[in-house]
Parts: sequence; C-alpha cells; structure tokens
Amino acid sequence: MHTGDEEPADPETPLTSRRQLLGMFGAGLAGAAVGLAGGAVAVSAVHRGGGSTPDSGAVPFRGEHQAGIVTAAQDRLHFAAFDLAPELSRDELISLLRDWTAAAERLTRGEELGTGIEPANPFSPPEDTGEAAGLGAGSLTLTFGFGRGLFTGPGDGLGDPFGLRGRLPAAFEPLPPFAFDMLEPAQSDGDLCVQACADDPQLAVHAIRNLTRIAMGRAHLRWSQLGFGRTASTSRAQDTPRNLFGFKDGTANVMAEDRAAQAEHVWVGDEGPEWLRGGSYLVVRKILMTIETWDRASIGEQERIIGRTKREGGPLSGGGEFAEPDFAAVTATAQGAKPMIDAHAHVRLAHSAQNDGARLLRRGYNYVDGSNSLGQLGAGLFFISYQRDPAAFVRVQRSLRSDLMNEYIRHVGSGLWAVPRGIAPGEFIGQALFA
Amino acid sequence: MTSTVRAAVPDRAGRLRRALAAGAILAAGAMLTGCVANSDGGARQRIAVTATDDSCAVATPSADSGTVTFTVKNDGTKVTEFYLLGENQLTIVGEVENIAPGTSRELTAQLAPGGYFTVCKPGMTGAGVGQAAFTVSGEEVRSTPEADAVVERYVGYVRAQSEELVPAVEEFVAAYVAGDDETARRLFPLARVNYERIEPVASSFGDLDPKIDYRKPGADQEGLPFTGFHRIEMDLWHDAAVAGGRYTGDADLEPLTPEQRRQIGEQLIADVTQLKSNVSSPDFSLTLSDVTEGARGLLDEVAAPDGKLSGEENEFAHTDLYDFYANVEGAYVAFDTVRPIAMSNGEQRLVDELDRRFAEMTALLERYGSYAQGFVSYATVDQPARAELAAKLNALSEPLSKLTAAVVTQ
Repeated sequence: MHTGDEEPADPETPLTSRRQLLGMFGAGLAGAAVGLAGGAVAVSAVHRGGGSTPDSGAVPFRGEHQAGIVTAAQDRLHFAAFDLAPELSRDELISLLRDWTAAAERLTRGEELGTGIEPANPFSPPEDTGEAAGLGAGSLTLTFGFGRGLFTGPGDGLGDPFGLRGRLPAAFEPLPPFAFDMLEPAQSDGDLCVQACADDPQLAVHAIRNLTRIAMGRAHLRWSQLGFGRTASTSRAQDTPRNLFGFKDGTANVMAEDRAAQAEHVWVGDEGPEWLRGGSYLVVRKILMTIETWDRASIGEQERIIGRTKREGGPLSGGGEFAEPDFAAVTATAQGAKPMIDAHAHVRLAHSAQNDGARLLRRGYNYVDGSNSLGQLGAGLFFISYQRDPAAFVRVQRSLRSDLMNEYIRHVGSGLWAVPRGIAPGEFIGQALFA
Repeated sequence: MTSTVRAAVPDRAGRLRRALAAGAILAAGAMLTGCVANSDGGARQRIAVTATDDSCAVATPSADSGTVTFTVKNDGTKVTEFYLLGENQLTIVGEVENIAPGTSRELTAQLAPGGYFTVCKPGMTGAGVGQAAFTVSGEEVRSTPEADAVVERYVGYVRAQSEELVPAVEEFVAAYVAGDDETARRLFPLARVNYERIEPVASSFGDLDPKIDYRKPGADQEGLPFTGFHRIEMDLWHDAAVAGGRYTGDADLEPLTPEQRRQIGEQLIADVTQLKSNVSSPDFSLTLSDVTEGARGLLDEVAAPDGKLSGEENEFAHTDLYDFYANVEGAYVAFDTVRPIAMSNGEQRLVDELDRRFAEMTALLERYGSYAQGFVSYATVDQPARAELAAKLNALSEPLSKLTAAVVTQ
C-alpha cells in the first residue's frame, strides 16, 4: 500500500467518511499548516493508526505521478540540490536526465549500478559505490524537480540556456521574501533537485552519492540535507509523528488515499503546461529550531504557542488529536474572556480555514546537523511540501507572520522546483519538457 | 593547435625561462605516437644537433612525420642531455642523457604531425638552454606503443622536473637567506611548481615529502621538526601567521633569525637535491599504473581537505592557485604520456573526454592568472568561485579515475 501511484484498496469508504465528516463540521478543507504541528481535523474518522512501519519492498519508479510524493512517507531522507555546469548544452542536460533515469530505475529496485561494486577489471573504480549492497530496495523513492534556472539560466534570470524559456509555467514565480527569513544561499535553491526517501538512511545516502557522481561535469552538488523521523503522515496507515519540539505534526495532511484532494491540491492540472500536468510544485524550507530556548518554555507556554496539547495533540479548545479546533471557544479569566486557542497560536494561523482553504501535502523530516561552536544543536525541521501552485504555500506562509512559534524558529534554507509528471515506460525524467 | 602563451618562472640565473603555457597544455599530445629504439630502416630522417654549454642548435627546425633520428654532438664542457618535448613544453616525447663532452649520441623517435620543442640541458640541471620550436608535418603515423617506452618517457619527465626544481629552490632560498623578503615571497609559489607537478613521486620517498612539503599540523602530529617550504612560508608571511591565531603561543610563530633562516634554507636545498638524486638513480623505476594513479593522486592533492581547494595548503601565503595549476599540469603530462596506449586500446572516447575536461579546468584556472603574471591570492576567491573550481575538478577527476583501467593490461 505504499506505492506511489497505487489505488487504495478501498478508495470509496474513506472518501465517503471524509465527506460526511466535513459536512458535519462544515469546516471546508481542513488542516493546511506549514510544517510543525498543523491543524488536525477531517481525517480523524478514517485514521487507522496502528503499525506504520512500511515493508522494505520496491516502490515502482515509473508511473502516472513521480514516486515519493503520495508514497507513504519513509523514515529517512537525503535531499540534494544541484547546479548545472555553466557551459552545459541542451543535449548534455538530456543525457544527464537519461543517465539519472537509468540509475534511478536500478537504485529503486535495489540493484547495483553499472559494473557493480566489484568490476571485473581490477584497475577500474567500482561504478557502484557499494554501501547499499545487500540492503534491498528499502522503499527508496527518487523524486526529481526542475528549478527556474533550467528555464532562465543563472544569475539575473534573463538567459535561456536550453531553449526552455518559453516553457516556463506562469505560476513558477520565485518565492517572495518572508518575515524572519535568514536564508543562506549555500542551503537554498538549485537548478535541479532530488528527494531520496527510504526506510534505511544508507539507501538514501547511497542514491544521492551515486547520482551526484554520475552528474559530475554536468551538474554540481550545491547543497544537500539529511533528514530522519518523518514529520508528516502521507497515508492513513501511518501514525502521526512528532517534530523536535516534541509535538505531533502533520495530522491533517493530504493523504495517499484521498485522490480527490490530491487532484485539487497537489497535482498540476489543465492550468499548467502539458509536461507538468500530473506533476507538482515542491517547496523546501530548512527551518532551524532554537531548541535550547524552546526546552525552557513551560508546558503551558509551549501548548499556547502550538495551540495543542503535547502528549495527545488535541486542540486546546478540547477533544482528542483528531478533534476539530474550535477557534471561537473562549474561557473566562479575571481580565475577561480569552480565546482558548490563542489568536497567534500556530494551529490557528496555519489552519486552512485561515488560508482560503489552501492545503499542502507536507512531507518534512527532522534534522540535526551536529552542533555549533556554542554547544547548540543544529536542529530543526526540513519542511517539504507539494502543491498544485506555489501560491498556496505563499498564502499559508504569509499567514504565519505573527505566529508565536516564530520566536523559536528561523528559516535558513529555501527552494522551489517544478516536479514533472511521472515517468512513463521508455521515457526519461521530464522528457515531455524537451519534446 | 591553439596559440602558445608562454608563462615564465625564473631559473637559477634569475633569467626567465619558458614554462608551460597556458592553453598550450591542451594542444599537445594527440600528435604523440611512439618512440622507437630501432627504426625499421625506412625513410629515416637524420637531423644533426650541436650542443654547447649555452646553446642547442638543431640543424633544421622541421621534419616530415615518421621516424626521425637526432644525432646530438656535445661540443660543450659539461655532460649534457637532449630533450624532444611536446607542444605543451612539458611532456617528454624522447630524450637522450649522459652525452659526455666531445661525444655524440642518437635519439630516434616516431613523430606524428604537430608542434614540438627541442632543448639541451648542460650539466643535467635547470631548465635547459636553446629551447626551440620544432615542427613535424605530413601524414598521421600509426605505431603500437610499448608500455616500457611510455613509462620511460614519464620517468624522464620526473627527472627533468627535479632538475629544474633544484635551481628554482636555490634562487628562492638565496633571497630568503639574504633577507630580501619581497623577492622571496614572489619566488615562493614559483619554486614549488616543479615539485607540485611530480608530488606523488616525491611522496613515494617516505622521508622526503615530510621534510620538504609538510604543513605545520602534519609535522606536529608526527613529532617532526617543522621544515621545508611551509616553514619558510610561515616566516615570510609572519604577520598573517600571527593574525590567523591558529598557532598562538607556538614556538614556531617566533620570527626566524638570519642563522635559523640559513639552516632551514640549506636543508630545503639539500632535501630537493636528494629528491633529484633519488629519481636520477638507475634504480628508480615506475610502472604504468604508477603514472596513471599518480595523475589521480595529483588531483586528489588538490581536493584534499588540507589541500588547495580548501586553501589550507598555503594557509599564510594563499598561493594555492599556483599549486593547483601545477598539480593539474602534472596530471595532464601523465595522461598525455600514456595517451598513445589508451588510443591503441580503443579508448578514444575517454581520451576525448579527458582532453575536454583538462581544457576546461585549465581555462578556468587561467581566469585567475598565470605563473608569469601571478595568480590572485586564494583568499580573494569566494565560496561560490571555489565551488566552481570544485565542480570542474570533479568533472576532470571522474574520467581520470578510469585511465588506469584503460591503459594497464590485466
């Protein structure tokens, strides 16, 4: 049940339940939220909980949509962004995408690359670096995205290095600056990106390492990020995980089983160019958490900031994890009535009800990049979202401007890529763009 | 052929000698074929060469492609050598050594069309005298390269570099010991060029590289006295070493006295002279894979965390781009020397890829300067620019890692 494009075994039942639920609460589209503990509602009736460890089979690389988006979120991530060589030709770009396609197909099947880890010629460096041998496929997915640089060239964005400028989708505008951005170029952007997710971190690292090697001379690794502990569920078969603030996160995601919501919020439709229909837009935000100061905040303060209880994850307006937050609920105090969910609580500002129904498919991971010279952990959330239009992300992110959580986070990395539709048999990644 | 832009480094006499030229490095090679000890007696061309202590007169500066024999007569007072170099003026196409005064020796080579250089080296040291262009025209030449002959040519290159290294270091040390710090600082990166071109060979003599080229952390870690190029670098860029703060409180941070300068300088000369002696020994030999793996090793030196790309190699002088360029030159010569074997093995695609990647790497480095004009301080090369250098280095290093398998017969 964790394959990217597979129909759920019983698609109707959860959809029906969900519609009923929405009708009951009249809540509209539920639970957007930029990462971190988002709103939890609609899917409660169909949340299955229980064991969420995916088996370690192979996820098909080819299909209608790229794998690694609605695929049940694996536990490990290695994300990489690449810059293309300045003098790269269109043919060389295509050759890179062909080579990556062939390699990705083998990697996702758990097969060795090229001449393998032990080539017959003892003077040859192995074409497969070897660390994934014997680990199987491990649910590895490789999801490829195209940055604006592919269409407009580097620098001022006025170029057209591959004859693709005319095919730049209208919606593919750079993300605007946001309050509290502390973006570092060395952790942002890139002409190409690859999201590698797997059950075993070694499989994800092996994939990025070998794809990087294959690209040498054509594309250069710009930055990469390891992640652990998915911070979102993308299938109803998965439990709700916790982020490094210790709160449950991603309760109300767009789920693999909910194809109607995917069609509405994740996959680019007729409004986009042909090559992108069935694809999506990928937003990445590297969000540093100042966890040392967060840990000193009282439990009352932490819950006020998030708008949920810590252990259960229920909204402060009452009820369990999957109860709908009641933003109108108030409690009487000496100073008068106060909202039970703070006016600037994260769950309120991130909720779809506050964002014109905008909804994102979140697929983030926790990260810890060691620690700094001050003895502070380099910890945070590597936020990943897929959406039909980057404007949906912008809408939600702008709502978070007054988020109480901002005191404890800084956005240090950012990226936006167009993710072409799935790769059909015999095709290479994004082939339709070059037709 | 690309035009030849010559750079220059000072030789022992303080004159400028020609060194590799920017751009020219890329043009060599393809025309090189084999060097044969005995010709088949076909249309052999004979060319007389008259060597003296300060000249190297080649009777005619051109020949038709095919087998060419140079008859070298030594009319000087010193034992001499005669070299036929590729168009990059570094790759050795053929050489004949130990030509005693008053005697003659022959060099026979099979030459493909292209540009070459001839040069004599009286006293078998320094950069040589009478370097002149030599042109071969006509039909392509086919030959089956012999691995032994190819390796011997590379050994000749290593020897030639060591012979140039000694006077370059002597001149550098002379300025340093004399207290002419400005001249010494200018000569520091240039005196390292010959060494950096053949660094893996030098490293193969276990005790020499630590004395000649260890950085301070390496010497400290192994409990060795801190000597060699980088000891002098620390003294010549004393202000930078102090300001860097990395070695605060360390005894080596004291400025050296004139007597200490003399001792350190003389030891460096002795060590590079020992290196020259080692590679000149008849016992010194290499294998084909030593040559190709050495080329890989040179690029690994650039990429190493304490190498050039990180700017750690010359942490006070920031002259890393000179070393970078010299490492790439050395790797190119190794590739260029084994090229005929690779071609003979049907590795045209790999050869083409390497030619292209060497050209791109060299062109990018030349945006930062040359030996003659000087390279910019690596401290001024920002992180995106360093990443660009790293990308080009990767692009070159990956195909170069396939060269050994392409030329060594299992």
